[in-house]
Amino acid sequence: MTDGATDPAAAGSEAVADLLRRRGEQIAQRWADLPFFQTVFTVTRDEAVEAGHAVVDSLSAVAESGRVDDLEAVGFQPIREQLVAMTASRASSGLSTAQVDREVGALREAALELLEADTSRLGAEEVGEARVQLLTLFATLRVLVVDTMLQENQEIVLRQRQQLLEMATPVIKLWDRLVAVPLIGMLDSARSQVVMENLLEAIVEHKATIAILDITGVSTVDSLVAHHLMKTVASARLMGAECVISGIRPAIAQTIVQLGLDLGPVTTRASLADALEWALERRERKELPTRGNP
Amino acid sequence: MSQAAQEPIRVPIRKDTDLTAVRQHVRALAQRTGFGLVQQTKLVTAASELARNTLLHGGGGAAEISVVHGRTGPGLSVSFVDSGPGIPDVDLALSDGYSTAGGLGMGLSGSKRLVQEFAIESVPDGGTRITVTSWADPYSARQGAR
Repeated sequence: MTDGATDPAAAGSEAVADLLRRRGEQIAQRWADLPFFQTVFTVTRDEAVEAGHAVVDSLSAVAESGRVDDLEAVGFQPIREQLVAMTASRASSGLSTAQVDREVGALREAALELLEADTSRLGAEEVGEARVQLLTLFATLRVLVVDTMLQENQEIVLRQRQQLLEMATPVIKLWDRLVAVPLIGMLDSARSQVVMENLLEAIVEHKATIAILDITGVSTVDSLVAHHLMKTVASARLMGAECVISGIRPAIAQTIVQLGLDLGPVTTRASLADALEWALERRERKELPTRGNP
Repeated sequence: MSQAAQEPIRVPIRKDTDLTAVRQHVRALAQRTGFGLVQQTKLVTAASELARNTLLHGGGGAAEISVVHGRTGPGLSVSFVDSGPGIPDVDLALSDGYSTAGGLGMGLSGSKRLVQEFAIESVPDGGTRITVTSWADPYSARQGAR
């Protein structure tokens, strides 16, 4: 696109780079009073001016490279982190992405006015071309800001999903050789895989012979959930642990029957307390003969 | 008790996490429509099964949830629409234990038992629309219908 100095677009972005370099201080000073900078850097005004400088410098570098419409332009890299911090601060004071975007949009006025005041140095045509480049540059900055906000949000979602996966499936040692897993939320394939892995590891670790799967916190038991539960029970059994599923509420019990699910081979109890009682009775019965021959 | 039939709520079914949205919408609307806990659980479970079918067999689609008013009071009607390959043999698909996706094979037949009304429209290569309706008070509804 940039084809030597004769290209009007290249000349325009060169003029923009020049303007931003020469008037950087003025622009940074004016930005320091705009909400996007003023509300983020509340300690001293100098801080806001300095942050403004960093943004102006970065924009100037981008204009110089002639890639004013390129989000990946190298010139943007130094301020990405700063923008993440600034937008995070704005978002935490309750602003929506659109509102932050509008605040960033307001930044261009200062630069535009300075460009108009600069006409003495440039011809009318050059000013026109420079204005186009400047507007494009600020549009790209707005996209960059929205982009960093979205990326940040996405990272938060990913992190929370990971946390949920791990947090929601603790295996609790209830008694000697007796573990329990309180299940919460929806058991989709990913979750049930984590549950199964955690449970099987806990069975090894605690030498468990009985495991209680409590589904009090599972809102919906459909055929897939039942399928996952039964697979978990079967794997635990292969490892020598017997499973009991507890926390079957009346509505869930009726639904399971009408759905036609057969939990036949699996022991079930209404509450965790019932399951614990069953487990303890079972252990006593089993252990009596073995205690007899040491 | 709203009189006018409202616009159905349309929930897209494109990925696994959309199933959660379908369940939540159905549950919230069922609660607002006056469903008891058992009726609510049955409808949400049926919706969960059918939405998963839409995703697995229909290649994605949408759920349309609307409040309906029958002879004996309000109910909820949920349609699952996809433009997938269709169901070649509806009777076979509705038999217990028949599965092409490695599940338990209870999804379609089971959900039919969980609701009061169940209708399948399926065109080979033209998609499937399964509509289920559940009444907030099914016992008086049954008397009213027969």
